[in-house]
Amino acid sequence: MSTNKMITLNINGREEPTEVPAHRTLLEALRDLGHVEVKCGCEKGDCGACAVLVDGMAVDSCLTLAWTSEGKEITTVLGLGDMETPHPLQKSFSDTGAIQCGYCTPGLIIASKSMIAENPDPSEQDIRIGLSGNLCRCTGYTKVFDAVTEAAAVMRAEGGKS
Amino acid sequence: MTDTPEVASAGANVEYSQLGKGLPRTDAPGKAAGKTPYAGDYIMPGMLHVKVVRADIASAKLTKLDVSKARELNGVACVITAADLPDRMAATDIPGQTGQKRLDTDNQILVRERVRYWGEPLALIAAETKDIADRAWELIEFELEPIAGVYDPEEALKPGAPIVQGKNNVVAEHKIKKGDAEAGLAAADLVIENTFRTPFQEHAFLEPEVGLAWADENDVVNIRMSTQVIEHFRFIADAIGVPHNKVRIRGALVGGGFGGKEDVTIEIYLALLAKRTGRPVRLEYSREDSFVGHGKRHPFILTYRTGVTKDGKITGIDVQMIADAGAYVYLSPYVLLYAAVAAPGPYKVENLNVYARAVATNNMFTSAFRGFGGMQACVAYEQQMDEVAKALDMDRMELRRRNFLKTGEPISTGFIPPSAIWTDQCAEQAWEALGEPAPSEGHLKIGRGIAAYQQSYGRLTFLHDTSEAWVGVEVDGTVIVRSGVTDIGAGQISALGQIAVEILGVTMDDVVIYNSDSAVTPLAGTTTATRALYMTGNAAKQAAEAVRDRLAARAAQEFGVEPGDVGMAYNKVYVVNNPEQSMPFVDLVKICAAEGVHRSELVMFRAPFSDHLDPETGQGQAHPDYTYGAHAVEVSVDTDTGEVAVLKSIGAHDVGQCVNPAAVQGQIEGGTQNGQGYALSEEMLYEEGKLVTPSFSEYLMPTSMDMPKVQSIILESRSGIGPFGAKGIGEPALTGVAPAIANAVADAIGVRVFELPITPERVLMTLREHQKAAE
Repeated sequence: MSTNKMITLNINGREEPTEVPAHRTLLEALRDLGHVEVKCGCEKGDCGACAVLVDGMAVDSCLTLAWTSEGKEITTVLGLGDMETPHPLQKSFSDTGAIQCGYCTPGLIIASKSMIAENPDPSEQDIRIGLSGNLCRCTGYTKVFDAVTEAAAVMRAEGGKS
Repeated sequence: MTDTPEVASAGANVEYSQLGKGLPRTDAPGKAAGKTPYAGDYIMPGMLHVKVVRADIASAKLTKLDVSKARELNGVACVITAADLPDRMAATDIPGQTGQKRLDTDNQILVRERVRYWGEPLALIAAETKDIADRAWELIEFELEPIAGVYDPEEALKPGAPIVQGKNNVVAEHKIKKGDAEAGLAAADLVIENTFRTPFQEHAFLEPEVGLAWADENDVVNIRMSTQVIEHFRFIADAIGVPHNKVRIRGALVGGGFGGKEDVTIEIYLALLAKRTGRPVRLEYSREDSFVGHGKRHPFILTYRTGVTKDGKITGIDVQMIADAGAYVYLSPYVLLYAAVAAPGPYKVENLNVYARAVATNNMFTSAFRGFGGMQACVAYEQQMDEVAKALDMDRMELRRRNFLKTGEPISTGFIPPSAIWTDQCAEQAWEALGEPAPSEGHLKIGRGIAAYQQSYGRLTFLHDTSEAWVGVEVDGTVIVRSGVTDIGAGQISALGQIAVEILGVTMDDVVIYNSDSAVTPLAGTTTATRALYMTGNAAKQAAEAVRDRLAARAAQEFGVEPGDVGMAYNKVYVVNNPEQSMPFVDLVKICAAEGVHRSELVMFRAPFSDHLDPETGQGQAHPDYTYGAHAVEVSVDTDTGEVAVLKSIGAHDVGQCVNPAAVQGQIEGGTQNGQGYALSEEMLYEEGKLVTPSFSEYLMPTSMDMPKVQSIILESRSGIGPFGAKGIGEPALTGVAPAIANAVADAIGVRVFELPITPERVLMTLREHQKAAE
């Protein structure tokens, strides 16, 4: 067993200190800090349910060690918007019916955000590739494609602010 | 093309204000924002972490189990083995919520002596941290002495086969005898015989099994649980030896179920440890644990002999089915019964013989999975229809048209469904929507397939199913719905809200729904069997109507009209013939509150109750009603690599009445994905009972790269026995998908792959065999 080390994680714009061993994944550290909006689906990087933004890029937090995440900006789905002022992706996923059980939704929204940051006007094929690391068992992806297309248009109209 | 059904139309020409609209579900914004707590998101002070120790041989005798070192490890609170358990068993039957007699299917909670499947639990560890539980796991010593096992249901039926269950491994048997099948076959111009094989399937919900249990100040064991069935509290109480009212399940929104959270999964482990340690205990399965920890879809071997006349009229069918039940019985008898009832499909078959058996093996046990036997039957009967058409040199659609069951005609059990049968319209529309085919080019062959189906909604009628819901109106005009129904992702609770606000004339912004607490929300039964909307929707509708009637009576007094003249919509109460005469809904509610008018109602809805089917002939009523529809696809098959790509995928279903079109489309789209994986890529490989594909990198579900955009065609006969004439769509959405794909592949390459999944290897092997045979 490795010894613990005090680290500080920047999560959704807040500095959060935590004491964790070297083998603790970012997923475990985030959930232990109460960020349970980050979901655990496989702990192997197969499903994408645990995706968070690290410096704007979607990563599987189950494949990232907490120690290596110090000094980086970590964003979870809660950091994008809330129920009163949802992010365009949160709104479009909700409005189009792209959410069923919802367990994969935080990861899908994070992956979509990362993809749109790179490519503000994604084609359906771009969306397929961008979300290929995120498994969903309920929706068949049809409405997910619609939701991402719709949100990307809103985000372009807003001039890339969100 | 089709006759208008001669059945009651529940809501023809009715304009709804909230119903039938694709409104955002009540649970969607919270899920999008990451605010929705799932069962795994709850923790408690002083909580222990649980780990399960499993057997690593599928068929063995447990000769040694020494947990003493693990118990001595600092930080280990408790280790339980079978030796620590009272002499109790765990029920695995359909929950006895109605007090109906259960089958004799109880099994051991932890291995006592005999291991029957790979991964069967030997011991439970509760420790201060997950790391300590992991270390304790390494300290547990056990020895297993291998016993000859059997891993193939046909082998398990042979004399002298190793016995896994009972006298001869047959754990269930069903027969259907209607007319005279042999006479029908003898009268045929042509008899076509084929055998089809279907595989195991993993539910692969994204949220693994998880729960948190604690004993409260009244010594009630509470379990916060991801489950489809909160009413397992009864089985859990029986298993740990306490009265039924001493176990309470508090559900959460479920991260996917599909039948995989229908049986008891980890609840009994949690309850035992919470009782024993007096502390909160939490268990979350890893993905690998989830793969080995719950039952799978039954593999079936189905042999069809179909007799037809030259002009394509079915004269008789004989069906033999063998299902692999795995090591324990669980819901096998019911899955098998569904398959037997569904055997002829949505066709008129006057001479039918079905003989179905579920057989125990040392494979992983099999149980409920969306489609529940009806789907395996469809894989066979719809491929068989294509083979019959081919043998007759008849158009596939034409053969189906000539045999489709029509409204008012009896199904295999002699029962006449009370609703419309619109299979023909669904099939025609799905087929037509495929449009122009893509051209085959070189090694890329294009093919098309269709599959029509019949799938029940609502549980077996001999179970005497009931469901409760409570609807109330607050003084400020807002609405509360309370019901034990679990929401496994399909929008079960939102639909109850939509029904209640439609009846009460308010909007979705005005309703809050409390659900899935076995102690404080009215018991609604299971979220299984495509029954939640049908059963609990009816209960919620009747409860809302009772409240509405009392409010309307008071409004009528106020307006000086008859109660029947009062309308309610968009938060207004008005006189139907004179809408100017109106008042805000909230004002009416205030009057009623001041005068003590009862503003809430609890309703129990009862499904039709029946006796068991005749044991020899299988005749009688099995289900309340059936959904009918069809799925059509276009595929390309690469004859160089064997890869199959689905290019177009269209589901057409008569859902009776859409409560929420977006939610109905969601069921069709998601069911299509599940069926596509079943048809093409999802493969559970077992080696002597050991699962060698226990992860999502080995067990391949369709991803965003594999799924076409699914087209949904929704028909509304308004003839169902659900609320407003609704039928169920949860399971039906999936039933026809895999056989449609199998038929499309056969159409593309001119030869059939008789075993699912149709992997590239199987395609190439089939092509090669066909080539050899031709040479």
